[in-house]
Amino acid sequence: MAGRGRGRSLFTFNVDSLGFGRGEALPTSAHAPSPLYPPMQFRPVPLHTGEEVDYMLALKQELKASSKNLPFHIRPARAKRVDRYSDKYQTGEPKNNSIEWSPWSRLPKELCIKEQKPRKAARSQVKPKIKHATGKAELIQKLETLEKKEEENHSEEEQDEEKKKKKAAEEEAESEEGEQYDEEEFEEETDYIMSYFDNGEDFGGDSDDNMDEATY
Amino acid sequence: MTAQEVRLCGLLLQEHFGEVVEKMGTELLRSGALNLRALAHQTSTPLDLVKKSLCVLVQHGMCVFGPGRRGPGGPVEYTANCERILYMLRYPRYIYTAKSLYGDTGELVIEEILQRGQMTMSCTVRTVADRLTHSMEDGQSMEYSEVITAFTRLVETHFLQRCPPVDSMGTAGKASSGSSDASAVPQPARPETHPDCYLIPQVHLTGRGKRRRSNEDGEAEEINAKKPRLENEVCGDEGIFWQVNFERFHLHFRHQSIISAVASKLDPTSSEIVRTMLRLSEVTTPANTAHTQALSANEIFRALPVSYNISRPILDQYLTLLVDDPMEFVSKTGDSGGGMYVVNLHRALANLARVTLESVVQERFGSRSARIFRLLLRKRHLEQKQVEDFAMIPAKEAKDMLYTLLSQNLVQLQEIPKTPDFAPSRTFYLYTVNQLPTARLLLHNCYKAVGNLIERRLFETKENRRLLEKSQRIEAILASLQGGGADAAQLSDVEEMITAPERQQLEALRHHINKLDSSENQVDETIFLLESYINSTQSSH
Repeated sequence: MAGRGRGRSLFTFNVDSLGFGRGEALPTSAHAPSPLYPPMQFRPVPLHTGEEVDYMLALKQELKASSKNLPFHIRPARAKRVDRYSDKYQTGEPKNNSIEWSPWSRLPKELCIKEQKPRKAARSQVKPKIKHATGKAELIQKLETLEKKEEENHSEEEQDEEKKKKKAAEEEAESEEGEQYDEEEFEEETDYIMSYFDNGEDFGGDSDDNMDEATY
Repeated sequence: MTAQEVRLCGLLLQEHFGEVVEKMGTELLRSGALNLRALAHQTSTPLDLVKKSLCVLVQHGMCVFGPGRRGPGGPVEYTANCERILYMLRYPRYIYTAKSLYGDTGELVIEEILQRGQMTMSCTVRTVADRLTHSMEDGQSMEYSEVITAFTRLVETHFLQRCPPVDSMGTAGKASSGSSDASAVPQPARPETHPDCYLIPQVHLTGRGKRRRSNEDGEAEEINAKKPRLENEVCGDEGIFWQVNFERFHLHFRHQSIISAVASKLDPTSSEIVRTMLRLSEVTTPANTAHTQALSANEIFRALPVSYNISRPILDQYLTLLVDDPMEFVSKTGDSGGGMYVVNLHRALANLARVTLESVVQERFGSRSARIFRLLLRKRHLEQKQVEDFAMIPAKEAKDMLYTLLSQNLVQLQEIPKTPDFAPSRTFYLYTVNQLPTARLLLHNCYKAVGNLIERRLFETKENRRLLEKSQRIEAILASLQGGGADAAQLSDVEEMITAPERQQLEALRHHINKLDSSENQVDETIFLLESYINSTQSSH
């Protein structure tokens, strides 16, 4: 404060040590962040060359190439956008691969993938059974209602036929449902009596004896 | 673990094991210890992929598992090991060292075990014998016994060690054999604590390597060979897995760098003497000690290689020379037995690191800046005026260089106030260089440099992927044509499918990629040196 009036430009430290005098222009201030790839003052020293270096280079490249073929290289499962026919025939990465290279006794139990397989199979067996059961139950219900509808018209033969159809329907319900189901519904909901339907098996069986007359 | 280290680990994992493992690895490195569910949730990956990648990481020793924070009853927690992942950068060096010490057989043994993480002895022997047979001439094959000899020698010199036994105490549903509290978590122990760490198991392995052939003779051979192969399946060493002992390799590298430093500073004979001293104390010196065990001059004399023909008085002269050298490689600790000498490992490493720092400054900023840097290293604290005087550089330029070094954090400023109010006119400003933090800074820069090199290489490969694929396809076609016996016209037709400018482009690409790869290897040498120095300093304090 004492030197405010007279010694306006008196600094509290020795200005010479800063590298520029009082009267000279201040060094330019930076208007932008420093460049991402600043130009280098000196060129870098060339790399080592020699047999050892070349051998290690070859080793490195070989290691990288061969590590892609090992089972340790895990590829993420590609999202299947379209179901392809060839999927049935391409098993892709065998899941059993992981068992070969790692001894499960040295890893925590929770990492063991082997156990999932029987679980998966059991689960897949349980599901069709459930479907089987539901399919069976529904089918039986429908069949029963239809039977009640056409009680008068059906003879025993047709009841047997229906039972056979029921069994066939039960068997078919194991693998699929739906479409065959609909077909049988159509078959049984016709208004025609089954005995009216002549499927032509008797055709041509009677006239074997009299070959003289022409059949029209 | 710094961000650059994590980035480098991610790139290395991606190159060797793919993206899935990379994601898991980086997540574990960033978050510390995680259990399986948390990891799957944080990375939003399906559980079986997470399990597979964890298996890969544990198999290679890059991830350890243990009981979690909730104790033995809680879920298992996994921790990634950053150092071990970074060792992947050094695999070519390990393999080359094994080759130079134990020949092709040793090289292949180390290569197989490095690629697979852990292997049993019988499996290694079989694979290596097959590979060697494959590269040999027709009709010859490799005996298993030769491979076993190489393996045994590697174990005896501690380059290979047994994997630590996993202490599994029985699972939830099964009955365990004599364990009080059944914790379902297997816990690995440190490898050296196991008493049989370097014990070769009794293995009955006889046979030769099998060559895989494509013609009918080979099939008949293989069918006959299948029978003895089935007999050899159970060899008696199930459950004993071997891994590479990285610490031993690092010890060997450190010794090599000290020996070459002595050779370049003094002369080859003194380097031989230092090599003998180090060899005598190799197996007895623990990892990060400051100096080796004391050896008497008599012992050294007895152990010297005969070819050098050094007589006793000359040995004494050389030892005196080594002791008097300002680098202080060797010091005398006593007079019994003709003089007790030790090799100063820590001091040698510190000197090597210092020389590395100086050369980095020299190459980046010029020899005058390097002179200032060296001055500050030796004189510790100097004012600006003193720097200008001692370095004999004009004031303006000296200021410029000092400020450049300061902005790069290679030089630090220390303020010593005369008055408690830190007024600038009454404070000393001293420039100083601290070797340890500067070494850490440079190490961090090295990690960043390797990461950049890998990224650049991936970028170059991706840019020219089309061209590379085309050339690979043409090579495959050429190979199949040559195998099928085609004439020269067809071969030249196929070769002409690549045009001349494309060929040039391919050549330039290969040259760039080779250069980038080679640079990675050489930056790794600097990384190793700086890491050794930092570890040695930390363990000695």
